[in-house]
Amino acid sequence: MDTTTIGEIIRGDREVFPPYLYSAYRATIKRSPHLPLLEVPLTLTELTGPGPAISEITPEDADLTRNAGTGGEAIGQRIIVTGRVLDENGDPVPNTLVEVWQANAAGRYLHKRDTWPGPLDPNFLGIGRCLTNEEGVYRFLTIHPGAYPWKNDPNAWRPSHIHFSILGPSSRTRLITQMYFPGDPLHALDPIMNAVPEPYRSRMIATYDHSVTEPEWALGYRWDIVLRGPNATPFGERKENE
Amino acid sequence: MGKAPVTPTQTVGPFFHPCLLRPDAVITTLIKPETEGTRIRIEGRVLDGDGLPVDDAMVEIWQANHYGRYRHPLDQRPLPLDPTFIGFGRTGTDEEGRYWFETIKPGVVPFDDQQDQAPHILVMVFARGLLNHVVTRIYFEDEPANASDPILQRVPEERRGTLIARREEVDGSVVYRFDIRLQGEGETVFFDV
Repeated sequence: MDTTTIGEIIRGDREVFPPYLYSAYRATIKRSPHLPLLEVPLTLTELTGPGPAISEITPEDADLTRNAGTGGEAIGQRIIVTGRVLDENGDPVPNTLVEVWQANAAGRYLHKRDTWPGPLDPNFLGIGRCLTNEEGVYRFLTIHPGAYPWKNDPNAWRPSHIHFSILGPSSRTRLITQMYFPGDPLHALDPIMNAVPEPYRSRMIATYDHSVTEPEWALGYRWDIVLRGPNATPFGERKENE
Repeated sequence: MGKAPVTPTQTVGPFFHPCLLRPDAVITTLIKPETEGTRIRIEGRVLDGDGLPVDDAMVEIWQANHYGRYRHPLDQRPLPLDPTFIGFGRTGTDEEGRYWFETIKPGVVPFDDQQDQAPHILVMVFARGLLNHVVTRIYFEDEPANASDPILQRVPEERRGTLIARREEVDGSVVYRFDIRLQGEGETVFFDV
């Protein structure tokens, strides 16, 4: 791992964002651009974006323990994951789409390319979505995802994580990332996580929050997400405008 | 610099399809029958450094409407909004690395108070092995305004072609072909935006 080649080509915040090439994560080797990114002025194209884009979101979409449509409940440690989507000024980003996906409690994805012998859970799809409210808050009820093996290097295991996709108010704020859980010994071994330099890696780790935990029900985790740039464009007013 | 700590990006990984490409989240056809503008189809492939298809990518596009107006609160210019057109598309690549969209050719949009930009579509590609997505633009081969586009002018001439979709006519309809090469020969120009 000490001989990892770390590329110079980085989009966005050069200190915080991972480089395209991080050879310990082998899939980057043939997919990372070799030529420098072109710096250009931001235009209306980059400063605008699709907003919520998806019309029909139901409250059930945010409950991954029961949204499989089977009437049954997913197996696993029930958890609440909540936080705020903020801009760089710390202001909330309301009414933006947050999409999440994750492995089940055994570390298995419901996906044709996930074939390791972890059991599937018929009551768990591992997908959810919601819109942030006026305070920028998102909230999901789910189960703690398991770690799972992958073929990056011998005996490689990904730490437990939840994938997040956020549209944000513009093309420039588009973010896909992963949320990790505190205290996981696999963090130090994971090249995807470690492609982000310290001390910024810890921004991807949620905090256990006992005030989010609900008695006789679910453990609570809090994780705030900060998008690039100021949020000058409240989508909450869109419907009235059109 | 802002006050809040920006969240780093991570790869979309290989298992995003059931979530990000669930049937009601995929938008390959951006238009309705009543949408105003010239119908076009965009087709292309996403290829890796060996020229092999990237069969597990997600492609998103964002564009202005026929009049060059973005459906966004920041764009308050007195141009018509088309109620049938958002301008956002999202799809996955197939086993050959192919993607396609059915849309309309966007109008001219401003660069600044003095200059316009040639019609173009913003493209973002996400995939396993991309720790951050890549951002590029589609321009149109048969568009005279390309010659004075202020973004294209900033692209080294020998690489400008990677941003220009080739026009083809297939069964009487217009197809623009736009391949995205992540790395190596003919590497697509990606922007640091």
